[in-house]
Formats: sequence, structure tokens, C-alpha cells
Amino acid sequence: MVDQLSPLEPVLRTGRHGHLADGVGVRLAETQPGSIVQLAAWPGEEKALIRTIKQVTGLALPDGAGGGACGNGKAAFGFAPGRFMVIGEDENIAGVFAGKLSQKTGTVTDLSHGRTGIRVSGARAEWVLAKLFAIDFALPAFPVGSGLSTVHHDIFAQIQRSGADQFDVYVFRSFARAFWHTLRLASEEVGYEVR
Amino acid sequence: MIITCPYCGPRDLSEFAYQGDGNRKRPDQASTNQKAWNAYVYDRLNPAGEHNEIWQHAGGCRRHLAVTRNTLTHAISKVAFAAAAGPKRSAARRKQGKAG
Ligand SMILES: [Zn+2]
Repeated sequence: MVDQLSPLEPVLRTGRHGHLADGVGVRLAETQPGSIVQLAAWPGEEKALIRTIKQVTGLALPDGAGGGACGNGKAAFGFAPGRFMVIGEDENIAGVFAGKLSQKTGTVTDLSHGRTGIRVSGARAEWVLAKLFAIDFALPAFPVGSGLSTVHHDIFAQIQRSGADQFDVYVFRSFARAFWHTLRLASEEVGYEVR
Repeated sequence: MIITCPYCGPRDLSEFAYQGDGNRKRPDQASTNQKAWNAYVYDRLNPAGEHNEIWQHAGGCRRHLAVTRNTLTHAISKVAFAAAAGPKRSAARRKQGKAG
């Protein structure tokens, strides 16, 4: 495997930082998946696309806005009508979809080099993210597996809840370092660990 | 102000971009009717009350929305996808197969 070049590399300082008197509030990490892919269904083809996602990833997406699932090193969620993100360790997910997805169903766009995945986890993850995004991060409003599309000022973000206290945030690669800087500042008061 | 996107749910105003008056009726592309084009570009109702508007959920699902907003109170009484609520393309343009 070719080594991935991280946009965070020059600023990534592993270890514990910030106000640690009450322990580590959040852990911050770059997820570096092999693939980040966007799928879009033509009008009326959303269900067929969801079936193709199941066929390729084994993930059954629940019906409805923002429905998603994760497991076995793969993740998928809806973030707009007929639009889905699929993330996984396999480096050729776009290629597999290109082979399996009918032209009548929709399109596949490989964003692996265009997005950076950042995982925010820990007891204070909801608190830290709620400072950055005007989103209800409470578990009943934002269930595990589901995802959404939002923005922090001019930085677009797709966010999936991948665990009860774990969120994966996907930002444009060119904004990743700026977002990381903001995230570190937001995490300082609760104490954070970078790895 | 909070707009409830039909897909994303209630979201802060900062996620939305105003795309203009939702009452405008775009003349056919081939039309040379000066009055119709003048009305499309310049005529606005400017009501003190309920107003039809187009907003884009630019910081979310990026869909265009048809929103009814009260210009006095900012109360929003109706939100729908603009594609579903908007005027249909004219038969002439459909035949030519031009994109809307
Ligand atoms: Zn939306």
C-alpha cells in the first residue's frame, strides 16, 4: 500500500493536551480510510441505490433522511435526498460501485483524496461538536449510524455518529488543517488526546 | 430564525442562502416580450406579511426550498422542495429538451 499523505501531518501533535484535571474529555484522530465515495441516485432510483449499497458493503441503510449504518470497517449514510457517503478500508470501493451500479440508477464519485475524516470520541464529544455546529448531537436526535450534512462557517462537513460517544467528521481536505485547529481549540477546555 | 428543511430538519439560518422572490415567473427563454422580462427582473410584491421565497440549504443538503415567510415576524408557515413546488416548464421547452 502506498503511504497516505495527511493534510494534518504538519500540525498533528500526538499526546494529551489542554485542561486535563478531570481526565481526557475527547480523543481526536484522523481516520484515514482507504475510500471515501459519494453516490447519487437519479430521481426515483433511491431505493435501487440503497440496495446496491447493501450488495457492495453489506450495510443495510434504514429508510429515511440521514439513515446510515457502520460496521466491519465500512460506513454509509444519507446526507441529502438521493445522496449517500460510503467510507471503507478497501481502497477500491469506487471501482466496485462503478462495476455494480447501473447507469440508470445513479452515479459514483471517488472523494478519497478530496475529503479528510476526523474522529471525535469520548464522553465530551457531543459537547465539543455542539460548540462548532448548530446541530442537536443528543443521541435521540442523532442516533448511532445516522449522518447529516452541515457547515461550520465556510467549512462544509458531513458527520456520522459511529458510536454512542463517537462521531466521524468529513471535511474538504483543503480545509482539514483549519478545521483541526478549530477542533483543538474547542477541545482544550475538556482535555484532549490526539493519536 | 430557523428553517425546517424537509430533509435535514430544523436548521439555523446561517446554513441557508436566500435565492430571491419565489413569485417571479420566468418567461420562456425564446420570448422577446419586454414587459414579461421587465416584470421578471424588476417587479416585486414587497409585502408586509406572508411572502413566497426561494432559499437554498447551502450548508446542508444543498436543495432549493420554497419557503413561505412572514416578513414582519420571520415566522415560517410552509417549506417544501422547490423542485416539487415550483412552476412546471412550458410544453415548448420540454419538447426541445432544454434543461430547466
Ligand atoms: Zn437540507
